[in-house]
Amino acid sequence: MAPLLSIRSLEKRFPGVIALAGVDFELQRGEVHALMGENGAGKSTLIKVLTGVHARDGGIVELDGVSIKASSPRHAESLGISTVYQEVNLVPQLSVAENISLGRQPRRWGLISWRRLAQKADTALKQLGLSLDVRRPLSSYSIAIQQLVAIARAIDIDAKMLILDEPTSSLDQQEVELLFSVMNRLRDQGMGIVFVTHFLDQVYEISDRITVLRSGVNVGTAATGNMDRLGLIQRMLGAKWSADTVEGQTRPEKSLDDKLIVLQTRQLGRRGSIEPFDLQIREGEVIGLAGLLGSGRTELVRLLFGLNSASTGTLEVDGQPVSRWSPRKAIDAGFAFCPEDRKREGLVEQLTVRENILLAMQAARSVGSPVPLRRQLEISRTYVDQLNIKTPGVHTRTATLSGGNQQKVLLARWLATKPRLLILDEPTRGIDIGTKAEIEALICELSAAGLAVVLISSELEDLVRCCDRVVVLRDRHVVGEVTGDELNQRCMMEMLAHHDGT
Amino acid sequence: MTAPEIESNGLSRSQLTRSTAIWPLFALGALLLLNAFALPSFFELEFLDGNLYGSLVDVLNRSSIGVVLAVGMTLVIATGGVDLSVGSVLAITGTVAATLMAKTELGVTTAVLISIAVAMLAGALNGLLVTSLKIEPVIATLVLMVSGRGIAKYIAGEQVISVPRDEAFAAFDWIGNGHLFGLPVPTLLALSLALVTFFVVRKTSIGLLIESVGGNAAASRATGINDRMVKLFVYVFAAFCAGVAGLIDTAYINASDPVNAGVFTELDAIFAVLVGGTALTGGRFSLTGSIVGAILLQTLLTTMYAYGVASDVAPVPKAGVILIVCLLQSTKVRTWFRKRARGQQGNPATAFSSPADSSSEEAS
Amino acid sequence: MNQRWSKLVSTASTASVLLLLWIVAGLAFDNFWSPFVVADLFSENAFLGISAIGMTLVILSGGIDLSVGSVIGFTTIFVATLITDHSVSPWLAWLTALLIGTGFGAMMGFLIHVFELPAFLVTLAGLFFARGMAFFVKPESVQIRSETYEWLSSCAVPTGGGAELELTTLILLSVFAIALVTLNLTRFGRNIFAIGGSQSSAQLMGLPVGRTKVLVYAISGFCSALAGITMTLYMDSGNPINATALELDAIAIVVIGGTLLSGGVGGVTGTMLGFLIYGTIYQITYFASLSSSLATIAIGALLLTFIMLQRLIVAPAEAE
Repeated sequence: MAPLLSIRSLEKRFPGVIALAGVDFELQRGEVHALMGENGAGKSTLIKVLTGVHARDGGIVELDGVSIKASSPRHAESLGISTVYQEVNLVPQLSVAENISLGRQPRRWGLISWRRLAQKADTALKQLGLSLDVRRPLSSYSIAIQQLVAIARAIDIDAKMLILDEPTSSLDQQEVELLFSVMNRLRDQGMGIVFVTHFLDQVYEISDRITVLRSGVNVGTAATGNMDRLGLIQRMLGAKWSADTVEGQTRPEKSLDDKLIVLQTRQLGRRGSIEPFDLQIREGEVIGLAGLLGSGRTELVRLLFGLNSASTGTLEVDGQPVSRWSPRKAIDAGFAFCPEDRKREGLVEQLTVRENILLAMQAARSVGSPVPLRRQLEISRTYVDQLNIKTPGVHTRTATLSGGNQQKVLLARWLATKPRLLILDEPTRGIDIGTKAEIEALICELSAAGLAVVLISSELEDLVRCCDRVVVLRDRHVVGEVTGDELNQRCMMEMLAHHDGT
Repeated sequence: MTAPEIESNGLSRSQLTRSTAIWPLFALGALLLLNAFALPSFFELEFLDGNLYGSLVDVLNRSSIGVVLAVGMTLVIATGGVDLSVGSVLAITGTVAATLMAKTELGVTTAVLISIAVAMLAGALNGLLVTSLKIEPVIATLVLMVSGRGIAKYIAGEQVISVPRDEAFAAFDWIGNGHLFGLPVPTLLALSLALVTFFVVRKTSIGLLIESVGGNAAASRATGINDRMVKLFVYVFAAFCAGVAGLIDTAYINASDPVNAGVFTELDAIFAVLVGGTALTGGRFSLTGSIVGAILLQTLLTTMYAYGVASDVAPVPKAGVILIVCLLQSTKVRTWFRKRARGQQGNPATAFSSPADSSSEEAS
Repeated sequence: MNQRWSKLVSTASTASVLLLLWIVAGLAFDNFWSPFVVADLFSENAFLGISAIGMTLVILSGGIDLSVGSVIGFTTIFVATLITDHSVSPWLAWLTALLIGTGFGAMMGFLIHVFELPAFLVTLAGLFFARGMAFFVKPESVQIRSETYEWLSSCAVPTGGGAELELTTLILLSVFAIALVTLNLTRFGRNIFAIGGSQSSAQLMGLPVGRTKVLVYAISGFCSALAGITMTLYMDSGNPINATALELDAIAIVVIGGTLLSGGVGGVTGTMLGFLIYGTIYQITYFASLSSSLATIAIGALLLTFIMLQRLIVAPAEAE
């Protein structure tokens, strides 16, 4: 049977980066097809091209054997491609019934018939095996129900295929089960479903086939039964097994036992984002956090830096428990944090390189005693040289710099505060190889000088290269730690893939 | 404007054109040039009793309230906010000062200090609504805009309060009508307030903190900046400026008119700031630009009056200028222009942009 | 906290404020509980009510219209000048004024939507423009002398007890009824809520966002022009300074009526309640021979209370 959706050599380029480099993808009727990949793998871009958010640069997309080119989400919808996002794109203030038929409300003599509207919504939800009070506002229901309502709306427009873009990220187990029952029902009705998620358990529970993207290429499509967890993770992370045998031993043995403990957590956790964990960090130690997207690694470091408040446990700095932890206090304690999303929580793009570098230092001082201009120039130029930041000058706005150089500016900002603990969340993502090597060398150099480092990276080989110890996270739990000879990709990957009960 | 003043290795051309004060200065120059040909009397200056008089001095004198308000508004807008209440705060301050002098035995200094304190209290209310209750600035300051004038009227007992002609009168009158070094006192007041602000903002780190908070509040918080304090400060400061403006206004006519004092001045201040090149979205700000903007506005009005346009019709061209400035700042229009420019030649800005631009879109 | 509950809270609090005001006022002043007071309350502020209804639509869509006061002022002097100075038939003058008001609003809506400009700035420019144009038409008050006006001012519906509803009140009530039906029973009306609730969702759902937004501002412009005409009916004159800063009262009424300034939640029924609260407060200051500035302060305080209520109950601060 001809596939429902067929994508051949799809290409999409953005300035300076190739997001999709000839992707092939197929979706059958009555199939749940999991689309997997880490950040930057190209799955979001693939979906955005499919739904008409981005125009493609090359390739063919066929739906039901007809070549299509969606020009907008609206257009995609009319072609039969409906999408339900993690952030529900409905109107929370309006009723469930209205959300299902907004824009297509049944009318009588030109006026909306609320009775028929409710009936219509009831029918649509019954098809999914749901029974809700459709007159209540959408916002009075959980995100899970809201997503199901979004699915009901999608089906109501005669969707041929459904894209579920990380629908389960904020759902609890019961809610996931509910969603899955709906998905199963739709599959039985012949709907094709593309399921994007980063929860492995769910992939194995619901999907019929898996496709893994990495760096804009399809690195494998297989029936779910034919791709085991290890193989899946290996494809997602693109690990090279051959290198394994030699790595691990080459690391110079560092003795850290006599070093001061900078930070210690006791059952620190935050409900819904990271389960309680114990972590100890010593001076001069480089600790890696390994985990797939959504495993809770970012949430963990945000707790350490006080960007989110903990709901359980304690955090001790230099042996003293802290209270009302905040970025301000963390910085005063000598912590520094380069976030994953540089643009959102890192740089102030309008400001110059100099101003961005000085920002943390300045914020720590009183308003009345700014760093003298000469000193500012001195500091910023030092770091521009030291970190090899490619910028026309320290007065250039950081918005115009490349990603790698922006990252270095951010690093410089924190190094200027002379931190004791540096937290780096995916510092090398989206930047070129050369810059990456420079940043890694810098991490080694700094830790040798006594700086404690927490490093998050999706690239396991980076963690193997840089870290003394790697903490492994899975599904919001700290599940283990590797060190010494165990510190190799295979070990970590097995921990990531480990599945209770199999 | 920070870039040029600290740039030690010379200015690049792009920095000059980016310097936001250039465009309003250019407009001001063009307007003056027009007047030079059409209204030669516009540039006539004369000394009377050692004091300077003439249209130009008049423009400066009349724009002093606008300048003072624009200075305060600049910092608010730089944090990404806006203060719609400055006109009402102006009226309250003037009324409090006039009432204190008319109905109590307090001296000029005490009256002035108390009324400024009242203004700052009003600013603190705005600031707390914005920072603690996280109410949108437009809405938060709307409250005082609506009720402030009622408060002023109530304090004044629904009437115009004249400053009593007692021994203190001369001292207060001097604020609005006096001369110093041959120049009108309001002008000098506005100028010194602007200079002090400029100095404080650039010589302490407050300017940087404001730009940082306005540019990216989340990043600022993660960098350890107390964004609430910064925002609270700008609203209090804007109200302080409104207070000073209220005193000048009251001293100028030696009376406080709670109904008409400062009507629409918040709009004029926003106008001056936008024309001066500070974007409503916050971030980089230009005090010089705002000051030039305020003077430009007054010059525009004076010129129109000179051409016989009724003062009441003057809002029409004002509206036109606001719209043009808005359109020029609009991302839509800018993107459109950039696309056209790119059509003719490769755009270095995009070539420079990073893989991260697109890879960050991947973040889910 | 769920929306339905919070919506109930805000409507209930508006209604209870109104009730409380009436009870207290009725106990404090003789003759307060009379149909005359109600009739007065409506006819004196009808123009404000009409523009508040237009404003409700704009705010529901997530925008704001600061130009209403100026458009009203312009309309009064425009209509008065046409009728008195140029002997134009009142019907024609009204039609022209309504067209101008609608077109003006549509123009602002167009700028707001197409160029993605902030609504408060565009309508601010509109405020300046319309006020300036009002003075351009004629810088002083113009008395309207027209048989139609004399005839219309005698039109009234008796309500019993000797009081009657004047034409201006009837206009307000019809605008209210039309708005009520439009908001609740037409797709256009529901689209306003959807856009105010989440414009990006509305766009993804394929709703006609641009058309709806432009139309909303056009309707607000129409309401302002109609309010201006109503004002001339009430005052038999036009004046370019009429209705200065009236937009602030209109916004206050809308917010007190429970419509969220962030858009998407509320309705014209609440606005009518807000309008009655506004009118009652002024009636009370009149009965108590208090200065009207106290009424302004009271309305400001109510506005503040309701904004805080909205913030605390309806949209709790996002945890950060």
